Amino acid sequence: MADRKNGLLAITGGRVIDPSQGIDRLADVLIKNGKIEQVTDKPGSLAVAGEAGYRLVDARGKVVAPGFIDLHTHLREPGLEYKETIATGTAAAARGGYTTVCAMPNTEPPQDTASVVEFVVRRARETAVVRVLPIGAITVGRHGKQLTEMAELAGAGAIGFSDDGDPVADANLMRQALSYASPLGLPIINHCQDPALTNGAQMHEGAVSAHLGLTGWPSQAEATMVARDIALCELTGGRLHIAHISTRQAVDLVRDARERGLNVTAEVTPHHLTLTDAWVYGKRGSTPDGGALTLGAYDTNTKVNPPLRSQEDVDAVVDALAEGIIDFIATDHAPHAETDKVCTYVEAANGISNIETAFASAISLVHSGKLSIAQLVDRMSTAPGRFLGRAAADQTVRAKAPAIPGLGTLANGAPADVVVFDPDEEWVVEPSRFVSKGKNSPLAGVTMKGRVATTIFGGAVVYDAAADHAGASA
Amino acid sequence: MRRVAEPRENQSALWAGPRRDVLDLDDFTKAEIEEVMANADGMKEVLGRGVRKTPALRGKTVVTVFFEASTRTRVSFEQAGKILGADVINVTASASSVTKGESLLNTVRTLQAMQIDALVMRHPHSGAPYFVARHLDTPVINAGDGTHAHPTQALLDIYTIERLRGKLAGKRVAIIGDILYSRVARSDMIGFRKMGAEVVVCGPPTLLPPGFVPGSSIPEGTPYEGVRVVGRVEEAVDGADVVMVLRIQRERQDAGHLPSLREYSREYGINSATLGLARPDALLMHPGPMNEGVEISSDVAHGSQSVIEEQVANGVAVRMALLYMLCARARNGGS
Repeated sequence: MADRKNGLLAITGGRVIDPSQGIDRLADVLIKNGKIEQVTDKPGSLAVAGEAGYRLVDARGKVVAPGFIDLHTHLREPGLEYKETIATGTAAAARGGYTTVCAMPNTEPPQDTASVVEFVVRRARETAVVRVLPIGAITVGRHGKQLTEMAELAGAGAIGFSDDGDPVADANLMRQALSYASPLGLPIINHCQDPALTNGAQMHEGAVSAHLGLTGWPSQAEATMVARDIALCELTGGRLHIAHISTRQAVDLVRDARERGLNVTAEVTPHHLTLTDAWVYGKRGSTPDGGALTLGAYDTNTKVNPPLRSQEDVDAVVDALAEGIIDFIATDHAPHAETDKVCTYVEAANGISNIETAFASAISLVHSGKLSIAQLVDRMSTAPGRFLGRAAADQTVRAKAPAIPGLGTLANGAPADVVVFDPDEEWVVEPSRFVSKGKNSPLAGVTMKGRVATTIFGGAVVYDAAADHAGASA
Repeated sequence: MRRVAEPRENQSALWAGPRRDVLDLDDFTKAEIEEVMANADGMKEVLGRGVRKTPALRGKTVVTVFFEASTRTRVSFEQAGKILGADVINVTASASSVTKGESLLNTVRTLQAMQIDALVMRHPHSGAPYFVARHLDTPVINAGDGTHAHPTQALLDIYTIERLRGKLAGKRVAIIGDILYSRVARSDMIGFRKMGAEVVVCGPPTLLPPGFVPGSSIPEGTPYEGVRVVGRVEEAVDGADVVMVLRIQRERQDAGHLPSLREYSREYGINSATLGLARPDALLMHPGPMNEGVEISSDVAHGSQSVIEEQVANGVAVRMALLYMLCARARNGGS
């Protein structure tokens, strides 16, 4: 791990974008003792800073932004270390430009007691490369029967509650969860999937599922639960966060709820923003010629829940992200071992290992003109940082949770979490080179445009592409 | 006794294209399907002899591995292989190490390591043969994968129709029943359309695949392009040259797709009244096994228009043709 005691760092000559302060200019970012010291008015302090003892990071030609924040990361520890560990998952996060990741609770045992949450916090302190914030379970064992001791989980460090891949199916329990968590100021994060409508589902229901003979997961099965949860949010005054929203129908419901001023937020994954169900054909999104499948069909690396949707859905979530109806991008990074994916599509585990490709997928929306680059930084850093800071900012909240420092900003005194990226560098995805243990990416062999150059966490360089790429050619 | 010649040695016994596997009909050309049928003619001639045996695949090993119950398809492949002189080894999921937790891939790799020449597989998961074929060098024949495809059934259906009634082009084929869960329907739709037939499908809306809307045709750009979907069985059967009846499974009632088999039978069952709407010489087909009195009445199932037993007999010939064509190619160095 990089030396965090390095007191002085200067990131020089880059285009600094910090939506939290309305900054978009060529400037230097000066770091002292792990905090942002200053974003200068203009670049050129390089020589001066060098003389003043600053270690230099040359960002000329690149963008400098607050480090990315992921509200939805599967780190798999404890219990599933063969898929990922806090060490490998956070190293992968750093390689992807992330400086904060929120650890989802579908571990074994799940993060449903303070002791497991404390374990994650301790392992993170010992082994993590970037900040890890745990998410507690909503129900004991994630079984959907009995609420966890949420106040204690919050005291141990949980920043929200989720039963992860298991939706809270019981409407009354969801009502109680939203209501009970409201004085903590923390979100109930629900995976919205009506289980009765998705029994045995393997992929999005549509022409591709009809062709492949795979049981479909209709878009409306997300919408029905989103509608229910919005109604319960209104009933309880709780704080509802919709995980990995994937359909036009659900987006319309969230838009309506927001217009009515309800306390509802939503996230979207890089793959739901960029890939369609046609990817299941195993031809990188194109439909087979004359309908004839090839041996690459049923690509298990495309199996994810919620499933890759139709182009109409992709267009809807992209538009909603640009509008701000969807608040931010979260990866749902889901690393799996080879044995979980080298099998039939039905047997395959859900999930994509994507924290090392998330930024490149997301910036494709900038290249296609759907988002501005400042909006991209907002959706990957500023907005999730604000989301994490809401409990601390809310005066009505009982102070149970450790206050989250201002994240997703380059404001003076904020933690020096910074990403430097080249928006135009092209590279080819090679899962074998992922530092994540999960090599399960449908993007293998795809050329991406936009690459992370340097990741700085707490003032220390935790990822440096130059060293990484030199290692590759060695 | 006269020596039995290798069938069709003088004709094009090898695939025109670089075919290794038979996974579905979607990657077959019409000419390729006709080539299979020409070879099946030769095989049928062998089947009609007093001594039904040729040495064409002597020294070859064909393994059938069935991860799902089957009698007719497995026996059909077994008989096809044996008549051609191959050694046929049947593996069923319950008898294999699959129940011990061995992965599908390890199971088929183990079989491949035993120097087999073709792997015939049936699996309850759609796409399983693609996964296996991706990882093996051995030719793979899909004997049914989940609700996706059953290409040898479709080939024998095409063969049965064309040999009894001539070219499928311009003929109308009605497929009736549970289209949603039917791998036979999926492969038949592709195969019949490739041969130029007009295809009409009909079933309860709860048992139609996504996008199959009664009163519409499947749009271009999908593999079922041009298939017409109708709501009433009378409309589907009206003027048909072929009526293909699909098996309806009791599970569909239990899963809420149907109120009862009784109502299914009354609304969608094929009987003498509904069959009477088809052309007088229409063929009545069923991939089996039949639920007589549910999707098909006993009188028509065993009536003069029924060719259900011919389908079974032709199935052996078509599978002989496929095994011969795949293994012969492999014997010739696979190039």
